[in-house]
Amino acid sequence: MAYSDKVLDHYENPRNVGSLDKNASNVGTGMVGAPACGDVMKLQIQVNDAGIIEDAKFKTYGCGSAIASSSLVTEWLKGKTLDQAAEIKNSAIAEELALPPVKIHCSVLAEDAIKAAVADLKSKQVGSKEAA
Amino acid sequence: MMFEANNHFALLGLPVQFEIDTDTLQSNYRKIQSEVHPDKFVTASPAERLQSMQSATLANEAFQTLKHPTSRARYLLQLQGIETLEDSNTAMPADFLMMQMEWREAMEDAQLAKDITALEHLLSTMKNEAKAMQTVLANAIVNDPNTAAQIVRKLSFIDKVSADVQHIISRLED
Repeated sequence: MAYSDKVLDHYENPRNVGSLDKNASNVGTGMVGAPACGDVMKLQIQVNDAGIIEDAKFKTYGCGSAIASSSLVTEWLKGKTLDQAAEIKNSAIAEELALPPVKIHCSVLAEDAIKAAVADLKSKQVGSKEAA
Repeated sequence: MMFEANNHFALLGLPVQFEIDTDTLQSNYRKIQSEVHPDKFVTASPAERLQSMQSATLANEAFQTLKHPTSRARYLLQLQGIETLEDSNTAMPADFLMMQMEWREAMEDAQLAKDITALEHLLSTMKNEAKAMQTVLANAIVNDPNTAAQIVRKLSFIDKVSADVQHIISRLED
């Protein structure tokens, strides 16, 4: 299958690969997987005191499109609020990377990973407020 | 539990259940394939030839579906109107996904080190994990289809990593 230039760019030079401290109170971790293709994606976001995402890291096992989708969203996430992050749609990811129809599920995986990371962080924040 | 009478199990003379006798599956499949083999229809009418080809295709599809435990379980759930949603359901338990990551890492490390022993060890770990899931599937398909669907999604992951590991082993052995 022919990958677009943007997919190849992210695949060959993935941005923000790595891990953040999943136990930190300002880090949210989202882990999702696609049974159909066996892809696994871990996405982590770190917010500052103002609630802005200041760092994002990912680790993905999967095809080039899955890696490119997660790499792209780590770039997009920085500087966004949690609510803005949760608004990122898989269609925007697929469009930016020019994903063919059979690879749309890779962008769905990235969107689901963002939602899971945001939900994880929000649940931590609620927990810490209740504890305070 | 109600199943439609016309299904892959009925075609291959098997009871509609997860536990099947694979020898019976094999021999019944061969019997059908020999009955509808195109060689037997060389002098038949075009309609009969088409009919025999369709029967052969159906039998092949049924055999491929029932042969492998994961697709057999998926099919049993579909007969109950439950889709396993392997394309769209991405919410797997975190510990299971963690295990997938660890397997993938172990696979990459062993591939780089050209360590066939480690790859074979990984393969047997995954096989045991799959076996443990398959033992609860028979009961879950009947009594707890949603749990069964989740197990099928997990088995899909394991099947995929296993195939990837096997592929690496065969390339290293070349």
